[in-house]
Amino acid sequence: MRYSAFQIAKQALGLGNGWQPVWREPDPKPAYDIVIIGGGGHGLATAYYLAKNHGLTNVAVLEKGYIGSGNIGRNTTMVRANYYLPGNSEFYSHSLKLWESMESELNYNVMHSQRGLINLFHSDGQRDAMARRGNAMRNQGDDAELLTKSQLRRMIPYLDYDQTRFPIHGGLLHRRGGTARHDAVAWGYARGADRRGVDLIQNCEVTGIDIEDGRVTGVQTTRGAIRAGKVAMIAAGRSGRVAELAGMRLPIESHVLQAYVTEGLKPAINHVISYGMGHFYICQSDKGGLVFGGDLDFYPSYAQRGNLPGVEQVMEAGMTLMPMIGRAKVLRQWGGVMDMSPDGSPIIDRTDVDGLYVNCGWNYGGFKAVPASGWATAHLMATGSPHETAARFRLNRFRDGVGVMDEEGKGAQHNLH
Amino acid sequence: MRIRCPHCGERDRREFTWMGAALERPGGSWGEEMHAYVFLRENPAGPLAELWHHDPCGAMVRAVRDTRTHEMIEPGDAP
Repeated sequence: MRYSAFQIAKQALGLGNGWQPVWREPDPKPAYDIVIIGGGGHGLATAYYLAKNHGLTNVAVLEKGYIGSGNIGRNTTMVRANYYLPGNSEFYSHSLKLWESMESELNYNVMHSQRGLINLFHSDGQRDAMARRGNAMRNQGDDAELLTKSQLRRMIPYLDYDQTRFPIHGGLLHRRGGTARHDAVAWGYARGADRRGVDLIQNCEVTGIDIEDGRVTGVQTTRGAIRAGKVAMIAAGRSGRVAELAGMRLPIESHVLQAYVTEGLKPAINHVISYGMGHFYICQSDKGGLVFGGDLDFYPSYAQRGNLPGVEQVMEAGMTLMPMIGRAKVLRQWGGVMDMSPDGSPIIDRTDVDGLYVNCGWNYGGFKAVPASGWATAHLMATGSPHETAARFRLNRFRDGVGVMDEEGKGAQHNLH
Repeated sequence: MRIRCPHCGERDRREFTWMGAALERPGGSWGEEMHAYVFLRENPAGPLAELWHHDPCGAMVRAVRDTRTHEMIEPGDAP
């Protein structure tokens, strides 16, 4: 069923009884050409582009829980292309272009809102770094504007500009940055993949990866064995656990990142605002809740919840930046499992096992990457060569030291990003 | 989370910095073993042997913690 205003009117006349389930719920077949482990945003987008761009539809997506139950339904929904380093820059630029056509492409409302993203700076040195980043973004063909303090004050008057600790000197505005409805992205790609013949199999946990003579032959699951010509591990925070099924260790640690939503408020914050000094960022959802987050807790965790010291640090940063939010009540708080790579950049590559691919290392930036990640992973699996926008996301860059992409300049080491 | 420091006793997690998984450092120069030591991780969902730096006194503490529940199975050396 194609969605449109006409369709809404037509279904309304039928009292809403004509709406159909958005995707099938097939039982797994004994064999597929391609099996994707993980039905999150990246896995679903990969399946969609395998079918759409490469005509490969004998594909199954195996999801341990239900579609949208992982990080794709648990993030703070930022979409942006403000990366600096070659490798990241062209990839996220490609991703943002795919975001801009996603709704018509998928015939699905993902509520993509390009409300503008502002990265604040607080010193002359940071201003120089932001100007340089802005130039890199413009060279890539994306947009960036350096705003002075007075320009910024006219746009967002409620920040604490003249605080003694981190006075705000200005900001880098990325007008095409913004937010999107995270669940809808999963549902849109799931619907698109399903309509092209991909089997989405929920409540199906992979318990083993079959390898014979250095070549992958299939997977064992809680719903039986499935043979496959190619297998992709796209499991985000669980990547290390899935890779162990293939006898591999990845350069990944799974850390906890917390996020917060307040009660619904009247429209107050029009942009996404990122406060570099506190690693605090905030936007307001369409329901009115302030959505914000900060740093990792900085220890590995699969608990999907954090601890109070992390909460305290984020709340303090928020109060330092915009004291006006101090009386808003936090409605809920949660923690996600982040697949942290040593240099803070992702991995999309083949492995040492023939036919086995890996897509992981999204750190805390996986949401905005969903379309380009799926595009590049599908390209790699279908053609055998990496897509031009993701050629630097090599698994072996830590082994040979070539092409490490440390966007923050902290060093390619675990627990620094 | 509370962690035991050999000098100061059981202290709040806020006083500690996580320093990484407790791994055996291989000898020799750069190669497969050193690559695995520096970058590759078992990344278990369950008991993890790890190092915590006690920032006030400088002690390095080896503890075992369940990454699914944050329970300190071995909270560090007793004073």
